[in-house]
Amino acid sequence: MAEMAIKKKRPKNLDLPTIRLPLPGILSIIHRISGAALFLLLPFLLWLFESSLTSAETFASFKAVVDHGLVKIILLGLIWFYMHHFCAGIRYLLLDVDIGVDLKEAILSSKIVFGVSIALTLIVGVQVLW
Amino acid sequence: MVNRILVGAHYGLKDWVIQRATAIVMAVYTVIFLVVIGSVGPDSLESWRGVFAGGFMRFATFLFFVSVFYHAWIGIRDIWMDYIKPDGIRLLLMVATATVLVGYAGWAIRILWRT
Repeated sequence: MAEMAIKKKRPKNLDLPTIRLPLPGILSIIHRISGAALFLLLPFLLWLFESSLTSAETFASFKAVVDHGLVKIILLGLIWFYMHHFCAGIRYLLLDVDIGVDLKEAILSSKIVFGVSIALTLIVGVQVLW
Repeated sequence: MVNRILVGAHYGLKDWVIQRATAIVMAVYTVIFLVVIGSVGPDSLESWRGVFAGGFMRFATFLFFVSVFYHAWIGIRDIWMDYIKPDGIRLLLMVATATVLVGYAGWAIRILWRT
């Protein structure tokens, strides 16, 4: 009986280009990508933190690295990743306690996460990097 | 209706809770850090070192780092479990992840207590 139900033919739609990921889905995959990227760049960030604190010489080399235009762009990207992970994470914590579970609210809260995280990135990024 | 017997295995509940507890620690620290940086406005080695010289910020930063590493362990482990199916490679990646994170923890302690 149970096997019959499982073997029943179901419609499949795995034509990836035609599947549109809704906004909460985009938020979710960026949450994962940003987490993975922050993990991969941990040694770089720890090195930056260490050289910024150790001595006048290492502080000078820290300054030189951070003043490089390309590094600034990478750091701005990392700040966005951090802020997105932070805001999306708070959204997930609220979902955990059943706040904003309805579809309409979930889409609205996704928009808020994107808006707030980009705003925070610009405010903090410009203050810290420029 | 859940018919599984929920006694005897953890079903990842402990990690689920730690993922969220560490997230809250990091979120609170992020706000504290931004407020401190905003009010001190460190622009030299001395003032930047001063931020972490106090007992509170040093300990809070240490707690933040520990939370980052534990949180990263659970998140990266989830990524390996989702995408890496061969058991051997998955185990290898998990061990490598845990190893570097323990190493980072030692590194972070050295940074914080040397300055």
